[in-house]
Amino acid sequence: MSGWFSALVARELRLALRVGGGALIGVLFFLAVVTVVPFGMGPDLNLLSRVGPAILWIGALLSTLLGLDRLFQADRDDGSLDLVLMAGRPMELVVLAKCLAHWVATGVPLVLAAPVLAVFLNLDPVAIGAVTLTLLVGTPALTLIGAIGAALTVSLRRGGLLLAVLVVPLAIPVLIFGVSAADAAVSEPMPFMTPFLILCALSLISAVVGPVAAAAALRFSAD
Amino acid sequence: MMPPSPLRNTRCLPSSGAHPNKDGTNQRSAPLKLIAEHLAVDRGGRRVFAGLGFTLTAGHALVITGANGVGKSTLLRTLAGLVPAGEGGLTLEGGEPERSVAEHAHYFGHDSAVKRALTVLENLEFWREFTAPARPLGFAGKALASREILDRLGIGHTVNLPAAYLSAGQTRRLALARLFVSPRPIWLMDEPTSALDTASEAQLLGFMNGHLADGGLIITATHSRLALSPAAALHLSAAVAPDAHEDTEEEPA
Repeated sequence: MSGWFSALVARELRLALRVGGGALIGVLFFLAVVTVVPFGMGPDLNLLSRVGPAILWIGALLSTLLGLDRLFQADRDDGSLDLVLMAGRPMELVVLAKCLAHWVATGVPLVLAAPVLAVFLNLDPVAIGAVTLTLLVGTPALTLIGAIGAALTVSLRRGGLLLAVLVVPLAIPVLIFGVSAADAAVSEPMPFMTPFLILCALSLISAVVGPVAAAAALRFSAD
Repeated sequence: MMPPSPLRNTRCLPSSGAHPNKDGTNQRSAPLKLIAEHLAVDRGGRRVFAGLGFTLTAGHALVITGANGVGKSTLLRTLAGLVPAGEGGLTLEGGEPERSVAEHAHYFGHDSAVKRALTVLENLEFWREFTAPARPLGFAGKALASREILDRLGIGHTVNLPAAYLSAGQTRRLALARLFVSPRPIWLMDEPTSALDTASEAQLLGFMNGHLADGGLIITATHSRLALSPAAALHLSAAVAPDAHEDTEEEPA
């Protein structure tokens, strides 16, 4: 099993990193969203540090959604999806492999960029560590939930907006617990571990539900 | 309403006597046989064809002809498990157990499934590793090395070029190479000669006849005459009466 799985992950990573792959688009968009916020909100440092984790999380959510519509559509456009469906490999694991590669190519750069951008938002070191950690465990959930929307909209031209409408409601719990864990790390009475562990659980649940739902959607989309 | 699963009506029967005996040698097995019964397909609320049936045994080709839009490609995609059959079923006798008909088949359609950003070799190596080969008994197809088949198809000098630089015919040949790196007995080919020059067309015919000689099956939709032997013809016409079997006639080639 591991042979074809790693072959698929390697192919997806190559495609993402080469010309036209768009791996860096997400992190550039993240940069754009986060840097305009201080200009829009004005130089109130206390306000910025209070909303900073939320801004980073919303930026990460939007950046993840940005490239997701091509997750399966690129394969459908050139006929690869037909062959993937016929390859005799479990579609659930195929989706998981594609999500893994998508997260490594777009999610990990967001996590790495977050500490740098957090400085723009006047976060203190503990909050920077907390928001980076929550993004590390939470962004896989965004990719995996997004894969369901990507699979459902695979046959639609310009399905990107519909994908956002489908995925954002499902991603709201991730956003809530990600931001509240990051906030809890700096505000004293609230425990950090409770929302953080729920965030971990959300990622694990979406690692099961996302591939199963996306694989089912892809099987019925192949027309 | 749930659409019918593309795979619901497809099943593989393991051939009787196909189990290896105690010496590890294989006993004589029933040859591969693909049987389609009363196939009907609806697309977009319109019945494309109905009551279509045929039986194809190992080493034979089925050439599907018919006017544009009559359902040749739809039939091939149904056989590939990509379009659900509304009625009827598809059976492969003598196939590998627990694999569907589609998982015994290579689909060579209009789309090349070539990633332009990857090199020619990367494209082919991916499909070699990703596609599960199917070698039922009686099928003698062998996996060729990627470079070998690329050389034989005349694009061996392009292995390290990004596929974006290939011409249409070269892209088509790269797509064709996929059929050789991971052996599967059934080839579903939609207009296989499109974008190929005369020499490549003759070479493709040679490969297709070689596949038949190895005990493979070919089902191809075409407008040009393909000298495949032995081949049966299936002519699709617009008015297919329900439950009227299409005539499949042996055609000396």
